[in-house]
Amino acid sequence: MKRLIDWIDQRTGMQGVLHEVLFERIPGGARWRYVWGSTLSFCFFVQILTGLFLWMAYSPSANSAWESVYYIQHEMTGGWFLRGLHHFVAQAMHVLLVLHLLQVIIDGAYKAPREVNYWFGVVLLMITLGLGLTGYLLPWDQKGFGATKVATSLVGIVPGVGPALQKLVVGGSDYGHHTLTRFFALHAGVLPGLMIAAIAAHVALFRKHGITAKQPYRKPDANFWPDQVLMDGIACMAVLVTVVYLTVRHHGAELHAPADPTQPFNAARPEWYFLFLFEFLKLDFLTQWFGHHGELVGAILIPGAVMGILAAMPFIAGWRLGHRFNLGFLSVLLLGAALLTVKSMRSDASNPGFQAAVAQARTEADRVVTLIKTAGGIPREGAAALLKQDPAIVGPRLFAQHCASCHRYGGHDGQGLVSSEPPSAPDLKDFGSAAWLRGLLTPSQVTNLAYYGGTKFKTGKMVRYVQEKLPKLEAKHPGALESLIEAVVAEADLPVNRAAAEARKPLIEAGRVAVTTSFGCTDCHAFRKADDDATAPTLTGWASREWMVRLVSDPTHADFYGQRNDRMPSYLKDGRLSEREIGLVVDWIRGDTDPAARLKPVTAAR
Amino acid sequence: MNASPDSAPRPRRRFLTEAAAGAVGACCAGVPLASGLVAWLDPLSRSGGAGDWIEVADVASVPTDGTPVRVTVISGRSDAWTREAAVPVGVVYLRRSGPTDIVALHSVCPHAGCFVDYQTDRKAFFCPCHDSTFAVDGSINDPRSPSPRSMDTLGVEVRGQSVWLRFQNFRPGIPAKVALT
Repeated sequence: MKRLIDWIDQRTGMQGVLHEVLFERIPGGARWRYVWGSTLSFCFFVQILTGLFLWMAYSPSANSAWESVYYIQHEMTGGWFLRGLHHFVAQAMHVLLVLHLLQVIIDGAYKAPREVNYWFGVVLLMITLGLGLTGYLLPWDQKGFGATKVATSLVGIVPGVGPALQKLVVGGSDYGHHTLTRFFALHAGVLPGLMIAAIAAHVALFRKHGITAKQPYRKPDANFWPDQVLMDGIACMAVLVTVVYLTVRHHGAELHAPADPTQPFNAARPEWYFLFLFEFLKLDFLTQWFGHHGELVGAILIPGAVMGILAAMPFIAGWRLGHRFNLGFLSVLLLGAALLTVKSMRSDASNPGFQAAVAQARTEADRVVTLIKTAGGIPREGAAALLKQDPAIVGPRLFAQHCASCHRYGGHDGQGLVSSEPPSAPDLKDFGSAAWLRGLLTPSQVTNLAYYGGTKFKTGKMVRYVQEKLPKLEAKHPGALESLIEAVVAEADLPVNRAAAEARKPLIEAGRVAVTTSFGCTDCHAFRKADDDATAPTLTGWASREWMVRLVSDPTHADFYGQRNDRMPSYLKDGRLSEREIGLVVDWIRGDTDPAARLKPVTAAR
Repeated sequence: MNASPDSAPRPRRRFLTEAAAGAVGACCAGVPLASGLVAWLDPLSRSGGAGDWIEVADVASVPTDGTPVRVTVISGRSDAWTREAAVPVGVVYLRRSGPTDIVALHSVCPHAGCFVDYQTDRKAFFCPCHDSTFAVDGSINDPRSPSPRSMDTLGVEVRGQSVWLRFQNFRPGIPAKVALT
């Protein structure tokens, strides 16, 4: 063993290097206050390692970035943990950087002759922020996409070169494959390369000038190895334990639904360590003082000036009270950033619109995973295509956009937003169910806003029938109304009722007779056979998928409201919605959203 | 006050510190390394297609004189996250070995995995990579042929008017026919 070591040492001088590294002199012995630099090096080491392994599974293109991250997160053994480590260590790095900077300023380690070393530190801070910014986009999910759009738009406001710079950053005039390849090359190549070079210079200069020992010395001088190494190691371990705890607790990093530029994403926020800047840009004084230059001042000039002052601190320290100024400036800066972060988080927490958007984003993120698991994989067009064909996601969206100005769904617009305007058409939650129909046929409810209350049918024949005739008919034929409801609801064939349909058959048969005889529904409605004299919407296939699609397509058709139609637009005839879109809204209202029934796992076909 | 570390008064304590520093360091490096390796080794815990029965051709399309016909096998396929319903997954040669019997020969050479071509003029299979040659029934027909085994046959069933086969890939380069999983 000894001979092997000697052989290697004679050819490499390894032992000398090792001695140099480990036996650096620390005046006053090992102390906890010296650990920050080591924890940052450790974080960078973890990022390189986890980043390389993530790279082996990541595919930077607009069609596959989200999909490959999905695969890492939800399919690969331990993939979520690996990705979680990378995500949370990145966050830890930002915190540790601030602590390191604070300690360097407080201890005066930035002053002559260590100015250059300090500047390398400032450069490292900027590279780290750059890594955070570029890494946020790579999953190509709604969150990263939304946040990066804002960040790259800010690049565009730089005077003169802004638009060209933005185009270069984005890789074109629109976001796509080259946005990802460029961001990925920055994130995994350029920035880490610069970082390695800057760290090497930073550490070399640190070694040249020696540690800025804190007076008074409490212990005799010691070497870096082993006492300080142990302290550094324990600090790194504390960082690691924290990060592993966060990773396990959150089951890795969040992955939102795949990016979809055609959908608003109101839950878009930058990563928390950029929140202060986000909030700062929203401050009123920027627009009040600088008008439309507010963005430029807030996003470019002021942060630029702050960076300038940070870089100038070694010179400022040369003046009388300069060091005090630096300390004060940094304190105000950090306090301000902390306050802005808290302000941003609090205003989001008390903003129901934002909370609804976050809940919606989570629903979509969970839903797309369910859809992929049910389909047994992702189609070639990408995961966004699965969501676009999903009634549970698209249905409420279209309802809110096209139907909710008159209708409601359980009192809201389908996406949870409650309007202050009263509805002018029935509430369609549970439409086609026995409960819904029973409500309509209840004299005290039929003119509610949830039924005909907002429509012109409020004074129509049906309302009169329900309020005047029906109670008498019900008294005359006890129990027959229940069978009538069963019979009409059977036409709807809602997925929830299918399992019990067989058992209800006798009741349904009796009800079918009641519809045409005792209750006289067929005086106005058609039911299960053609009826040219019918003046009200047909009950044949009432609330079935086909019936609803046809009604929405054209309510003025003779089978529905004909000339009597109130204000309902003919969605297909007027070209407001396609048949596919109408189908998605209808499937959602009917609760026909079970992916297992809709997405057959793909099987071989010749 | 500057005591030299080399003459530390308590060597036992120093050894413990060194051991602890080493252990903590190894732990810190080990966790991220292990988490990366576990994900990287993920393919080992996955198996390929199970060899499902696939309908590949009409019986009538296989020549009655025993000449092989090249058929592309269309099947569902999973490639990491992508799931496709019907894509070409391989090529086989179908050939009548009797009035009612059909055999299927895999187009992948058992030697080094190249694509074996059927040459009509020579009435034999020929692999362009290392000159493996096979007779029309897939057996090795030349002692100089470098292939360690005959062309791989696949399970075939005639169901009505259709030919079905159980498509699999096999490990090249060894005398035994072992299915790839």
